[in-house]
Parts: sequence; structure tokens; C-alpha cells
Amino acid sequence: MSFVGGVTGSVAPSPGIGIAPHDDVPIRPADHPTFGDRVFRLACVAAASVALLIIASTVIFLVNKSRPALAKTGIWHFFTGSVWNKAGNDFAVFGLLLGTLIIGLIALVVAVPFAVGMALFVNEYAPPRVGRALTGVIDLLAAVPSLLFGMWGFFAFKAHVLPVSRWLSDHLVALPFFRLSKTVGSPNFTGSSLIAGLLVGVMIIPIITSVSRDVMARVPREQCEGALALGGSRWAMIRDVILPYGKSGIVGATMLGFGRALGETVAVAIVLQGVRFQVNTHILEQGAGSIAANIFTKFGEASPIELSALVASGLALMFLTFAVGLAARRVVARTTRF
Amino acid sequence: MEVASFVSVEAAIPDMDRPRDIRSTTREVITEYVTAAVVALYTVILLRMVLDWHGLFGSILIFLLVFLTVHYALVRQSTTKELATDRLTTTLIWSVGIIVVAILVWIFGFTALKGFKKFSWSFLTEDSRTASPLHDGGGVSQAIVGSLEQVGVAALVSVPISILTAVYLHELQGRLARPIRFIVEGLAGLPSIVAGLLIFTIWPKFAGVHAAAALGILMLPTVTRTSEEILRTVPDSLREAALALGAPQWRVVLRVVLPTAKSGLLTAAILGIARAIGETAPVLLTAFDTSIMNKNPFDGPQASLPTYAWANVRVPNQLQNDRAWSAALLLLMIVLVLFVLARAIGARGAKRLQGR
Repeated sequence: MSFVGGVTGSVAPSPGIGIAPHDDVPIRPADHPTFGDRVFRLACVAAASVALLIIASTVIFLVNKSRPALAKTGIWHFFTGSVWNKAGNDFAVFGLLLGTLIIGLIALVVAVPFAVGMALFVNEYAPPRVGRALTGVIDLLAAVPSLLFGMWGFFAFKAHVLPVSRWLSDHLVALPFFRLSKTVGSPNFTGSSLIAGLLVGVMIIPIITSVSRDVMARVPREQCEGALALGGSRWAMIRDVILPYGKSGIVGATMLGFGRALGETVAVAIVLQGVRFQVNTHILEQGAGSIAANIFTKFGEASPIELSALVASGLALMFLTFAVGLAARRVVARTTRF
Repeated sequence: MEVASFVSVEAAIPDMDRPRDIRSTTREVITEYVTAAVVALYTVILLRMVLDWHGLFGSILIFLLVFLTVHYALVRQSTTKELATDRLTTTLIWSVGIIVVAILVWIFGFTALKGFKKFSWSFLTEDSRTASPLHDGGGVSQAIVGSLEQVGVAALVSVPISILTAVYLHELQGRLARPIRFIVEGLAGLPSIVAGLLIFTIWPKFAGVHAAAALGILMLPTVTRTSEEILRTVPDSLREAALALGAPQWRVVLRVVLPTAKSGLLTAAILGIARAIGETAPVLLTAFDTSIMNKNPFDGPQASLPTYAWANVRVPNQLQNDRAWSAALLLLMIVLVLFVLARAIGARGAKRLQGR
């Protein structure tokens, strides 16, 4: 008596699992796909291939579109020069690349201490209910549209960063990047890399926090409690058990945040008010730029060749972000084990 | 030798018979905190008056420095260095938490404050045909309709594809699973403006559906990743029971796994939508912006809330800036509602899953 596929008292193949010649031999459903299975599998494969299609079309179409500009200026000049001459059809993005990296680095310097501290706070210091609420707060911070960050950054945040810029330029002149480019006249502190970097730093805190939190939560509790049992304080436990364990995870989280910071468009565009394409290492001063903000602001009135140059710069940004993300994921996967 | 890095047992635990409580808040602790806070506050006020300071960040920094130093000194007097350092880091990390929450409150509060000015029923229902930089009037209805249509189409197309991709990755686990997972993870880091560039390169006309395509590309990785995690939480015993009852795999997935994961998948979709609705750059490049109502997503430029706000905030005109703030406030409220909804559905689903 076989109940296979709901058919009783029959050994005929049922549409349920396909061919089952013997009742008492276990069959592998995967070896006997039904028609329904085949259709289903086709649908799933088709859906999964969409991701493939997206990547392929990105590379194909964007490379194709950037060819005119790269042919005009030459690839070497495009990536090592810093000029944006619409009339002469001369475009080069080294300054923008540098600007993008500078903003990303400043963002990291700000975000990492806060993010790791936040992760530790949620995991170890906050009472459980507060910890859960705080996780929600952090995720909410991640969901805030970047346009809103840009507007808040321009109208509220920037005003408070200007005194900081002034203080830094007055007192920390020893550090070369805090110096100003001209010594006479009043310097212009608005629209600087520092402001953009700080703002983007606030924006990437959530992503670094959540990945760090995940990694630090995986530390085996016996190790942590062992540290406490040996008479260590909570800080000693964090310092000697959790942080060494989660070190590579935190580094990976930082790199993920860096990748996100590189691609930030609207917030940077709003807070900078005007993208500069020259090389500018004076982070306190006006004259910052990032590739994404450049594309965003110049898109509306771009000539065909200019558009091609914008696409080329976007492609470069994409490859850069991909590379950073790839390295980040590798590092996170390598979480230390005792 | 390693034990020497921890404090000597007698000094750290004065009473050896009671288990040590590292989270206690006794009266001495409160006194120490309050004293340090008062001293720090005094110092900051003094410095501000004497040196004629006005900076907010500077004041906060000085306050924190003085507070932590004085607090550490007070604690160090009565306990060992190890415990004092522990208390120091506790305070430091609590400050970090408070600062991050304060930033969020600042953003929300500032937006609400600035956005309330122009927020009204007519703002939500009229379009910008009558709006001008000098006279009051007009609203964002064309932007609301545009946003809804674009995000709606994007979700309609992208969410099923994402869920099926997650099914492929987790349930079917075919040969292409590893490269596809790699690609999906890579797409998650795609800058949003590059997605807009891609769609504009393929179809150089402005239309709402193009914006939907760009948004769909951006939604795909996040929804796929979250969905795959949700599918992972469905217990294998359910799948095996269904297979044992003779169901083919497609039945197992469609009738057992997906219904079980329903609330989690819905949460993933809502979170994807919340992200998409706030995107400015890709939408600007694909649907541009307009001040008239365009209900047809297939033809012609279409407005959206983010692009409307962007267009109005970049001009140095107070009236337009106010409009931009109201649009931004509306956006924030939508995102907040979606977020709360997603968490509510997710919590209910998780509870039901645990109850099984």
C-alpha cells in the first residue's frame, strides 16, 4: 500500500514525484524533475540571470558610451589630468578622483570611532531593550534619504563645522592638509572637503555599525565569560577578547563604509554647491569635488562629448567601488578564530 | 603571566563572597558622574565667556574632555587603574551612543521644523503649474504621483525577480549560484548615479518607467540579500515534511516555504521600497523633473519628490527652499511610516515562526 502522491494501493508513477519503480527504494526528488519543476527552475534561473544581465549591460553600454571622450582626450590624460573644458572638449578627472578619495577618507576618520563605539554599546553596554531600540534607530538613520542629509548638512550642520575649520586652520598648521592656500584675505571655509567628508561620515555610520555588530556578536560567549571569570573588567573583556576576534570584521566593515562613501552623490552635491575638478588637498577650504557629484551637477546641460566623459568617470567610480567592496567582503569573511 | 594583565583579585573584589556586579549604579557612582559633569559644564561656560567662543562642536568636545578627565580622576582615587579605565570606557561609549541618537533627533527635528511652513492640504493636492518663485501657491501633487508610479513599477518588477533569485540561490542552489551571489553582492555597492547613467545610455529619453528601471536595479541586490536570509530562517523540517509527503520541489517552495516566509519577504520588499523612494540621482537622470502633472509613466519627464526638492533647494530663493523642505518632510514621513510598518510586520512574522 503506497501513499506516494496520495495514490493508494497502486504502484503506478504518480505526478507527485515522478517515476518510482519500487515502493521501498527511496528516490531522490532532484533526479526526477516534473514538468512543474522544470518550469519553476527555468523561471528561477531567468530571474537570477537578471543580475548577470545588469552587470553585463552596464559594462557594455557604459564602456561604449565613454569611448568618444576617451578617444578624444586619451585614456592616460583622462585619468592623470585635472581639467574640464567644455569648449575645447578636454576633460580629465584626476582631481575629481582625488577629491572623491579624500572625502571618503575623512568620512572614515569620523565614522569608524562612532560606529565601532555604537556597535560595542549595543552589544555590551546597553540594556537589551535599549539595545534593540538602538538597532532600530541606526537602521532608521540608514534609511534617511541622502537628499535630506544634504539639506540638513547645508542648512544646519555646516554652520557648526565652520568654526572647527577656522580653529584647525589657525592652530594645526603643522599638518599640511590643514593649511590654507592663500595667506592674505579671508579664507572661504564653505564647500570644503571637510564638510562633505564629515557629512558623508555621519551617513556611513549605520553600515559600519551593523556589520561590526554582527561580527562582534559572533564571539563565543565562553571566551568572554572566561575573561570576566578571571577577574577582568568589562573593558578588559572587550579589549582582550572581542576586539581581537572581531578585528578583521571591523576592518571589512570600514571598507564597506568606504565604498559607500565613494558613491555618495546628492548629499555631497548639495553641501559643496559647486564641484571643483582641480586637485585640492586643502581640505578646510572651498574647492572640493567628487566624481558622483560632478556627474550629478553637470548632467543637465552636458554636450554629447561631455556626457561621454561623465559616463567614463562614472565607470571609473564603479570599478573603484567594486574593487573596494570585493576586498571588504574578503576581509570580513576572514574573521579571526581562536 | 597573562593573568597579570587583569587586576589583582583582592583589590578588584573587596568582598570575595558576593558575585561581582559590573553594572551596578551605587550612590558613589552617581556622585562621581554628577561632580564631573558639573565641573565640565563650569569649565565650558567659563571658556566660552572668557575666550568669546561660539562653536557648538568645540564646546561639546571640551565638555567631554573635561568630563572624562575629572571623572577618571575621581574614580581612580577610590579604585584601581583597571576599574577606572573600565569606567572611563563605559562613559565614553555611552557618550558615543548619545551623540548618534542626538544626531538623528537633530535631523528629524530640523526637517520637521523647516518643513511645516508650507505643509498643507493644497500642498499635497495641487501641482506646481501655478507655482512661481515669487508668489505662494501650488503643490507637489505631480511629484507625489510621479514618485508613487516610479517606485510602484520598480517594486512590481524588481521584487518578484529578487525573490525568485533568492529562491534560486537558497532553495535550488544551482551551479550558477556562486557567481550569481557574487554578482548580487557586487551590485549592492553600485553607486546609484551609475544605475541612472546606465538606463539613460540605453534609453536616452526621459520617462517614468526609465526611472523605475533604475530604481529596480538598485532595489534588486538589497531585496535579494534580505530575502535569502529570510529563506534561511525557514526550518528545513518543513521542507523535508513537504517532500516526504510527495510534493515536487516547486510545490514545496510555493506552497510551504514562501508562505512561511511571507512576512519576512514583505519586510524585505518594504525596506527596498523605502530606499528607492528617497533616491534622487538616478531618478533625475532618467525621468528628469517637471512642474506639470504627468500621469503617464511611459512618456515624457515625470516629477518625483526627491527631484522636486532638489530643484527647489538649489536656488537661493526662500519661498522655493521652503517648498523643498516641505517635500523633504513628506519624504521623511513616508520613509518613517514604511520603516515602522516593515518592523511591525517583521516582528509579527518572527514571533509566529518561533511559535511553531
